[in-house]
Amino acid sequence: MTSRTWRRFTPAQRLARFAIYLAAAIALALSLRTVQIVPEFLYDAPAQMADMFTRMWPPDTSNYWDEVHVALIETMHIAGMGTVLALIMSLPVALMAASNITPVPALNWLAKLILVSSRSVNTLVWAILFVAVFGPGALAGTMAIGFRSIGFCGKLLGEALEECHKGPIEALRATGAPWPSIFLKAYWPQVSPAFWGITLFRWDINVRESAVIGLVGAGGIGMALDTAINLFRWNQVALILLCIFAIVIAAEIVVTKIRENII
Amino acid sequence: MNATARRVAFRPNWLARAGWLLLGAYCVIAVLSLDITWERFMIGLDNGAEFFGSMIPPNFERWRLLIKNLIETLEIAVIASAFGVAFSLPIGLAAARNLMPAWATWPARTIIAICRSFHPVIFAILFVKAVGFGPLAGILTLIFASIGFIGKLFAEAIEEISLKPVEACRAAGAPFMSVIIYAVLPQVLNRFIGFATYQFDANLRNSTMVGIVGAGGIGGTLFAAFQRFDYDFLAAILLSIIALVMLGEYLASIVKAVFND
Repeated sequence: MTSRTWRRFTPAQRLARFAIYLAAAIALALSLRTVQIVPEFLYDAPAQMADMFTRMWPPDTSNYWDEVHVALIETMHIAGMGTVLALIMSLPVALMAASNITPVPALNWLAKLILVSSRSVNTLVWAILFVAVFGPGALAGTMAIGFRSIGFCGKLLGEALEECHKGPIEALRATGAPWPSIFLKAYWPQVSPAFWGITLFRWDINVRESAVIGLVGAGGIGMALDTAINLFRWNQVALILLCIFAIVIAAEIVVTKIRENII
Repeated sequence: MNATARRVAFRPNWLARAGWLLLGAYCVIAVLSLDITWERFMIGLDNGAEFFGSMIPPNFERWRLLIKNLIETLEIAVIASAFGVAFSLPIGLAAARNLMPAWATWPARTIIAICRSFHPVIFAILFVKAVGFGPLAGILTLIFASIGFIGKLFAEAIEEISLKPVEACRAAGAPFMSVIIYAVLPQVLNRFIGFATYQFDANLRNSTMVGIVGAGGIGGTLFAAFQRFDYDFLAAILLSIIALVMLGEYLASIVKAVFND
């Protein structure tokens, strides 16, 4: 009897894994060698951070009502309207992406292309583009949030539509129902839980994102943040950061509550 | 026969209709308060046509600058992912409530919550103040973002493991590190690799963004081109960012395929 060693993976698998570890290590080493970092800045960082926080404290609440409050409301509106816009635009794309509704591979691919390009451009970059188109302001921000969210909503909604049971659909079709009725009474009841889940999830993300798109001029609290930073009014910055933190937490709590109680 | 007793196939749901009405009313209020008008929209479309006209054809004349910045973006993503993954492994482990006592989970969960609470751009602004302009601020930002994301998912993955191997190892008298290495990690390693590759992908996307506030990478060049109305160069930058992101997704899918078979 020869003693045998049992191994979990074949030599090819082990080689592949080792190659990936090696490639990652080489990439890291190359990056660390060539990236331009000034080490003095890193040693200096704790002192700079302490300086920043002492300047921030205490938060300046004196002009909350005339500067920050309006911007906060605008941010919430941008997030809400951006989500609504995204849902309106992503519905046709999702219908086109679902292969059981649109049995044309070319259209499926077109829809997938739209979804991927929407997702691979960052919200801030979308915001830059729309500021160039519509000028600075909430309109550009709403469009940016909407276009960025198409990819996310359309992909998840399309997958939900593809997983629909055929029973109700065929039953309605057999009665001779027109297409809108089939969609409303057979598809919609099956995807509506997913739809509202996606809506809530995306709205939560959009609240976070709409708070920063103002940095490139697309409206909301980010514009107030940008002004405060450029004027070195760190007390004001602290107040704005606290407000952003508060609305982000509030949005998360709202979403969790709705999800527990309704969906 | 009473007419009301007739069975209706699709009974109207008044609550849902009221909800839709409320949503519509909110949309009207929001649009009015955001000062979005049809006129502005149409003017914008004209501007948009002009804008996209000046983006075509993309101008790749300054490709040296483009390549240099793309490489910097890639470097930021690689370093941030490596350190982010390295830090989030112990933090995620410490945050798992089924393995660790409360004195370890609370601090770890607080760290994760702080990392998740703000958008990366806000961290980037703070780090630019702390360590100056340049890639270091971007790297620190993305490390924080990675800890928030991977740490949370990894802790949740550990909380879902089967405890039987853990008990078996403990019963055999294995020390703590052996329990982790032989009973916990084999159950979650695949998911951890999945999170890590996803995070590399996300870091690549985000490292194009942190440059907008001065934290290094291609974002700075993008914003500069935008502010100088250099729209054909802007188009070239956008195309190369999309190409880089797709390359990242492709690499991530290779890594996932190797570790999942």
